[in-house]
Amino acid sequence: MAGAEGDDSLYPIAVLIDELRNEDVQLRLNSIKKLSTIALALGVERTRTELLPFLTDTIYDEDEVLLALAEQLGSFTVLVGGPEFVHNLLPPLESLATVEETVVRDKAVESLRKISQEHSPVDLEVHFVPLVKRLASGDWFTSRTSACGLFSVCYPRVSSTVKAEIRQHFRTLCSDDTPMVRRAAASKLGEFAKVLELDYVKSDIIPLFTALASDEQDSVRLLAVEAGVSIATLLPQEDLEALVMPTLRQAAEDKSWRVRYMVADKFSELQKAVGPEITKTDLVPAFQNLLKDCEAEVRAAAANKVKVFCENLPEDSRETIIMTHILPCVKELVSDTNQHVKSALASVIMGLSTILGKDNTVEHLLPLFLVQLKDECPEVRLNIISNLDCVNEVIGIRQLSQSLLPAIVELAEDAKWRVRLAIIEYMPLLAGQLGVEFFDEKLNSLCMAWLIDHVFAIREAATCNLMKLVEKFGAEWAQNTIVPKVLGMANDSNYLHRMTTLFCINALSGVCGQEITTKHMLPVVLKMSTDQVANVRFNVARCLQKIGPVLDSSALQAEVKPVLEKLATDQDMDVKYFALEAISGTFPFISLTFET
Amino acid sequence: MMAGVGGGNDFQWCFSQVKGAIDEDVAEADIISTVEFNYSGELLATGDKGGRVVIFQREQESKNRLLSRGEYNVYSTFQSHEPEFDYLKSLEIEEKINKIRWLPQQNAAHFLLSANDKTIKLWKISERDKRAEGYNLKDEDGRLRDPFRITTLRVPVLMPMDLMVEASPRRIFANAHTYHINSISVNSDYETYLSADDLRINLWHLEITDRSFNIVDIKPANMEELTEVITAAECHPHQCNVFVYSSSKGTIRLCDMRAAALCDRHSKFFEEPEDPSSRSFFSEIISSISDVKFSHSGRYMMTRDYLSVKVWDLNMENRPVETYQVHEYLRSKLCSLYENDCIFDKFECCWNGSDSAIMTGSYNNFFRMFDRNTRRDITLEASRENSKPRAMLKPRKVCTGGKRKKDEISVDSLDFNKKILHTAWHPKENVIAVAATNNLYIFQDKIN
Repeated sequence: MAGAEGDDSLYPIAVLIDELRNEDVQLRLNSIKKLSTIALALGVERTRTELLPFLTDTIYDEDEVLLALAEQLGSFTVLVGGPEFVHNLLPPLESLATVEETVVRDKAVESLRKISQEHSPVDLEVHFVPLVKRLASGDWFTSRTSACGLFSVCYPRVSSTVKAEIRQHFRTLCSDDTPMVRRAAASKLGEFAKVLELDYVKSDIIPLFTALASDEQDSVRLLAVEAGVSIATLLPQEDLEALVMPTLRQAAEDKSWRVRYMVADKFSELQKAVGPEITKTDLVPAFQNLLKDCEAEVRAAAANKVKVFCENLPEDSRETIIMTHILPCVKELVSDTNQHVKSALASVIMGLSTILGKDNTVEHLLPLFLVQLKDECPEVRLNIISNLDCVNEVIGIRQLSQSLLPAIVELAEDAKWRVRLAIIEYMPLLAGQLGVEFFDEKLNSLCMAWLIDHVFAIREAATCNLMKLVEKFGAEWAQNTIVPKVLGMANDSNYLHRMTTLFCINALSGVCGQEITTKHMLPVVLKMSTDQVANVRFNVARCLQKIGPVLDSSALQAEVKPVLEKLATDQDMDVKYFALEAISGTFPFISLTFET
Repeated sequence: MMAGVGGGNDFQWCFSQVKGAIDEDVAEADIISTVEFNYSGELLATGDKGGRVVIFQREQESKNRLLSRGEYNVYSTFQSHEPEFDYLKSLEIEEKINKIRWLPQQNAAHFLLSANDKTIKLWKISERDKRAEGYNLKDEDGRLRDPFRITTLRVPVLMPMDLMVEASPRRIFANAHTYHINSISVNSDYETYLSADDLRINLWHLEITDRSFNIVDIKPANMEELTEVITAAECHPHQCNVFVYSSSKGTIRLCDMRAAALCDRHSKFFEEPEDPSSRSFFSEIISSISDVKFSHSGRYMMTRDYLSVKVWDLNMENRPVETYQVHEYLRSKLCSLYENDCIFDKFECCWNGSDSAIMTGSYNNFFRMFDRNTRRDITLEASRENSKPRAMLKPRKVCTGGKRKKDEISVDSLDFNKKILHTAWHPKENVIAVAATNNLYIFQDKIN
């Protein structure tokens, strides 16, 4: 017990405070993460007058410590005495908003945005806005970039004079000397536009947008594209053409592929923002150009958007536009020189069939699918196969099956094991769509061949695949087709194949049920307990533990237990270990008596 | 009196400072391998073969010592790279610093990139002048307090302390170069930089260390077909999409990153037709470009080959607009320079702040300056003799004719072990830093 003169309840807090500057980063980080505990113990008064001033100057620390500090301060309002005193948190966050590490700065800005909401309108103008202005006119670009993210949170809640000042500051930052600040301003332009009155969007934001979108730096221009999308959603339809479209058109034809890439990447958002009419008149030709761009990166980004773009076309003219404008470009992309472009297209092209319906799919899309199924790049073929379900719904898979099979076989035998792994994962899906007969006839042998692949990852995936197939086709099918083959491998001369039998049984016993497991699988497992390879024997022990819950108690007692007990006296340490594990797992009470 | 070169006004170059040991036998690790001023000229960084970076800071000019205008003093020294061993290739990776590039200043701290053969590191150099004081668990003398006697909590207080400069590694950009890195260059967008090795150029984002984009790859499928290597590369000072790289064949390619993601195809190709009359066994070796630098204006670029410096207008690809002979008298000595490997020395070159003058090194601790307006040139020597403060530098002359005049030095008595490969010119003033083996000389102007 603590003596009358002392109180040990302060001790843990004292440790935390001292560790705020321990040499070990991990301890400092711990302390910072428990900053609320420290503040609680100090009370609001001392937190404001002592702890926060100390933290304001501790910006020398490691990034992870500063990051944690910036995050903590965002939810510190109660600890400094509530909203009335929330402005006390501004100095430490201000100094964090100027460090060079982007993640720390961003977190400080995030916390500042959060606590800005806890300021009363008066406090906002007296404390918060001056901070924003200080940052915006700071000497170093780090503080100016941070300022960009703070305008939009204070703008709606201040008087019109202050609003005018804020707009002025934002304008200044948009034409800052350093590209870093212009990038920050460009990335916050859309967000700032959202809180501005519509008149100011037109009078202030549009000129800024136009200027940033023709900045000399590629990295600034490409960020303006995103801002353009946000601005377009704010403007009434009749103003779009005059205010935003010229700039967006220019961006879609920018000299720099990175800017055009950005347009392609944001195309769906853009399409939603400008509405159906401009989509028809402007975006369709722009999209065609992007699909034919000279830079493969741009074509790939556009190809990725083909399905979404077509889906969102106005219904009345959707089919005509696709058939006359989009499909010709798509046809060219199928034989693109760049494999990334082809594989991007392959991942979405199947989706077009639901949009175009049965007849068009058969006539126009099917030939493309067939070409892609024969593509030299495995990724293209995989992407087609992985999206078969879309086509299945529309025309049924039979149409494709003749070309599908060679493609699957080729992928199944690809020299790259990752490709083989990928196709295995689609097997259950394919089996479901092709039906059990087709599967038995054509694909079953492939699935069995994977069990003896020389790469373990493939053998493992193959066992898992068998389990999923049984889930689909049922236990009876399993007993007739795969169980005999799997069990046959138990006599293989290669111990790796014998182990595969055990792994398959692990996976299959649950889905095959008690009868098959007891009658067919168990005898094989038990027989393998005398295998000469120790790895096989301990896997027998593990297997028995695994299938234990499927078996009935008489089989467990009469057949499993003696074998496990024998394995528990094996010469090999690992076999012993796993046998004991299995015994204690399967027979929790008996194992006690056995060990004593 | 002979006027100095650089900046238009007549002035004399004067000795200012020399850094490094005087000893005759030089430790290999102390040899300076790169020199670079930062954007304001207030800091000067050197890298050496021992993997160290030394940063000098210019002193504030004091009124009572008019004569010593802003000397450079050591600000921070740190070990940037350590020797390593690549176990997969059984290769030693030297710690030698190949290049240093400063980043534009972004806050109170300074940042630089330093590269050895394989790895680029981003360093932060920052100052600290406050220290936290007051512990709960120990008293002022460091004695532990009885945990049960803690009755109040103490929050540490920050107290002023002597200025401390810290250098900390912020990012390590590794595993992207199979061959030796010869150049790094920060892009004008201030968020990316490029790094070049013998066969490839990579583009990095300054905040991302785990991936870079390969923008140029000249490695032939069959290495036996290799005919040229990349010798230097640099980003344009203003146009974020333009960079150039030079090759061992004496050509320079200008690439536009806007046109395509891969820059295997150049937009401009700078090459001077060879003069058939001067063709020799060594032609190809001596035409190899050892350094390429854009002018500050971005209009011109300068290339250094073994015997000359050339200035190219970016708008004219078929020949340089200016050619300056650095040490033409060596043309007759190429055979012996080949035998002692000197012919493969990689001399660098630099512009003055206003692009009106250029400087590059030579042998015998000589370095050369050329005034682009007046076409005057001068040879100066970095030596300890005559290294009194404010002593004027005497122009040196190498005797090329038959008869040696007074004050001239004959070609045969040049010391080829004393070479000036790395020089730097203050971005705004006539202050130059010249690396002579393990010594760094700083010279500045004195207006007549």
